[in-house]
Amino acid sequence: MEAEGRESAPSLPQPAPGDEGGAEADATAGAPCGVRGPLLAAAEVLALDDEEDDDLEVFSKDASLAEVNSFSPSMPISLSSMINQYKFEDEPEQRDLFITVDDPESHITALETFITYRVLTKTSRGEFDSSEYEVRRRYQDFLWLKSRLEEAHPTLIIPPLPEKFIMKGMVERFSEEFIETRRKALHKFLNRIADHPTLTFNEDFKIFLTVQAWELSSHKKQGPGLLSRMGQTVRAVASSVRGGGAKNRPEVFTEMNNYMETFSQKISVLDKIAHRIYKEEREYFNEMKEYGPIHTLWSASEDDVADCLKGVASCIDKCCKATEKRMAGLSENLLPILHEYILYSEILMGVLKRRDQIQGELDSRVDALTNKKTEKDLFSEEIGRLEDKVEYANNVLKADWDRWKQNMQRDMRATFTNVAENNLRYYEECLATWESFLASQAVHLHVEEDSEDKP
Amino acid sequence: MEDCLAKKMEITVSEAEKRTGRNAMNMQETYTAYLIETRAVETQSEGQCAPVDSLWRRYSEFELLRNYLSVTYPHIVVPPLPEKRADFVWHKLSADNMDPDFVERRRIGLENFLLRVASHPVLCQDKIFYSFLTQEAGWKEMVNETGFQLKADSRLKALNATFRVKNPDKRFTELKHYSDELQSVISHLLRVRARVADRLYGVYKVHGNYGRVFSEWSAIEKEMGDGLQSAGHHMDVYAASIDDILEEEEHYADQLKEYLFYAEALRAVCRKHELMQYDLEMAAQDLTTKKQQCEELATGTVRTFSLKGMTSKLFGQETPEQREAKIKVLEEQIQEGEEQLKSKNLEGRDFVKSAWADIERFKEQKNHDLKEALISYAVMQISMCKKGIQVWTNAKECFSKM
Repeated sequence: MEAEGRESAPSLPQPAPGDEGGAEADATAGAPCGVRGPLLAAAEVLALDDEEDDDLEVFSKDASLAEVNSFSPSMPISLSSMINQYKFEDEPEQRDLFITVDDPESHITALETFITYRVLTKTSRGEFDSSEYEVRRRYQDFLWLKSRLEEAHPTLIIPPLPEKFIMKGMVERFSEEFIETRRKALHKFLNRIADHPTLTFNEDFKIFLTVQAWELSSHKKQGPGLLSRMGQTVRAVASSVRGGGAKNRPEVFTEMNNYMETFSQKISVLDKIAHRIYKEEREYFNEMKEYGPIHTLWSASEDDVADCLKGVASCIDKCCKATEKRMAGLSENLLPILHEYILYSEILMGVLKRRDQIQGELDSRVDALTNKKTEKDLFSEEIGRLEDKVEYANNVLKADWDRWKQNMQRDMRATFTNVAENNLRYYEECLATWESFLASQAVHLHVEEDSEDKP
Repeated sequence: MEDCLAKKMEITVSEAEKRTGRNAMNMQETYTAYLIETRAVETQSEGQCAPVDSLWRRYSEFELLRNYLSVTYPHIVVPPLPEKRADFVWHKLSADNMDPDFVERRRIGLENFLLRVASHPVLCQDKIFYSFLTQEAGWKEMVNETGFQLKADSRLKALNATFRVKNPDKRFTELKHYSDELQSVISHLLRVRARVADRLYGVYKVHGNYGRVFSEWSAIEKEMGDGLQSAGHHMDVYAASIDDILEEEEHYADQLKEYLFYAEALRAVCRKHELMQYDLEMAAQDLTTKKQQCEELATGTVRTFSLKGMTSKLFGQETPEQREAKIKVLEEQIQEGEEQLKSKNLEGRDFVKSAWADIERFKEQKNHDLKEALISYAVMQISMCKKGIQVWTNAKECFSKM
């Protein structure tokens, strides 16, 4: 799991930052580079030049503050090279950040009971002071991280968090099953952020992974002013009231919207089907548990047929166990993935809305301006800034959308292939069981025939 | 098997037909009639086939035949009829007697019944059975003329009566116990099997929903579309495959059901023996009592308390002539009783001998049939697994191309 150690900023001859980072040759034939390589290369380049290093910092600071308006002129450079990274598929071999979520522990205080999870991070990145971190986090902390990421990157697709409560099925809040499901989902959440070309460098993410619990609490209390956040909300509401962004929306986002509507419908139906299959398999398993033993009971009253009956009983019991494994496979793989993509559907609809809101801000300013000819100069700078904001948001979303689609395709392919493999394993096991029973009966038959032939 | 009818004659129940008619109370009823076809078995003539004889019978006539056989051959484990009403059904199966699937399975069951009787060394020689197969008109009257109905009524009463035998035959007691266990375990098995079938049906059919959703989803996907679409098709195939699988399994269930009903027939033989034994014991008891009474009267001693004895003591002795008359009557009765007892004993021994021979025959048949049924069940499971492997291999290929 450990990545090769990378020292910070070696002096390597690098292509100019403006170049397409993706053009770097890769070992695998024609496949695009892993995210980390070219990005780090760009970072290394930037690290060589102090000014550009500041820009990197400014960039992330800018993104996390809703109000700050000025993007530095050199923004487009790092921005375009970053955008190019989004098109590349993640390659785990080039990872340099490894996160696990495990060891749930329950904490009881006078006021409440809650669970914390251990978050273990191993990294070779220079920005991290140490190469290993171990912290404890509770669900609230994950929620905080998610909302910080959403604020910082309103048009990026932030991975889904497991829900606060699970309505379907009577799962207790602190049942082992519930905690384990949540733990797995939290683990996936952090790893998806780590794999994301932009989010992985988010400052709050780093803080989340590295600081002790008490430090995190105090950090949470700081952060962008309540007023600034309110301001954004007010403007967002205002622009959405005016039908913000929808009328000037580029075609590609309308297509995205339509796609997401159908996609979320289909995923939701698939989720229902998968749950129904699980339920039917469980009922089948329950009946099978009773079925085998009856044959054993019967064998007790028989002599000649007893072995045959016991053989059948044993086969049925083995098939019963195999069906239990099949069920487990479903609940470990297909059900969580479908659930995640239901959450993703909501997230994506939200992202599209926010993009529309950003567009709406621009549109409403432009509308206001066309009526006031005298103050044109005053506003042109503001318009310019809003236009940049819209372009940035659009590009970022487009790139992240492509990335999301690729990942979705990969996830679906892997999950459904796994479902098929699960079923194959089940049938193969059952087949072997029954075939060996038949073989044993054939042997008995031969033995009987032989003994009949003897004088 | 020696000279049994099955070897000389081909018997099939080839068709079933819905009929309407009027019943005994002159009300219109619908029933199913079954066509019995018989043909003499030719031994290698030049392609000549004997003509086929056929006649129609309904289920109630089969019942009449079986009742006659059970009463006439109480020492034989008489083959059972297929169930009168659909039992052990699961949700997809119909409990309706008119349902075509039920009728079809019943047709097979009736044919099986006739073949069982025709291959039984004793039953196949029965004239009434032969006429059932060959004589449509007047058969019912012929059966009733045998007067078996009277015996049937008393038999029914006896089978349900409770009495205690002082010296039960251990073998028959064990056999009766076995038949009870067999009935109980097969019923239980059939019940659970029906539930398992129901659940299996559910699992397969739900997968059918994938097909439609995958197809709709594939419409918005460029790269995944083909894989989704073709995988959906395989899910449809998977869902549809369960119908044939479970239909085949229904025949397996019918094989078990036959032995469920056979257990009843076995029990009936044991009960008959119990009844005979009880009868014998009562007769022997009666004889002993009469002998004692005779002795008392002859010697004048009262060994056992009897009301008559007491009253005669209280109200005066009877005359020597009266006593002589009584003794004579008793002696006659005793002689009669001794003859009866002798014949009952003989009857009993014959019954035991022939019953036990048939029970041995039945045991062998049962062991063979059950083994065969269980093996055929394994074969069905294997076929189901192989189908499953094929479908999911195809589906996996489609998914991996997504």
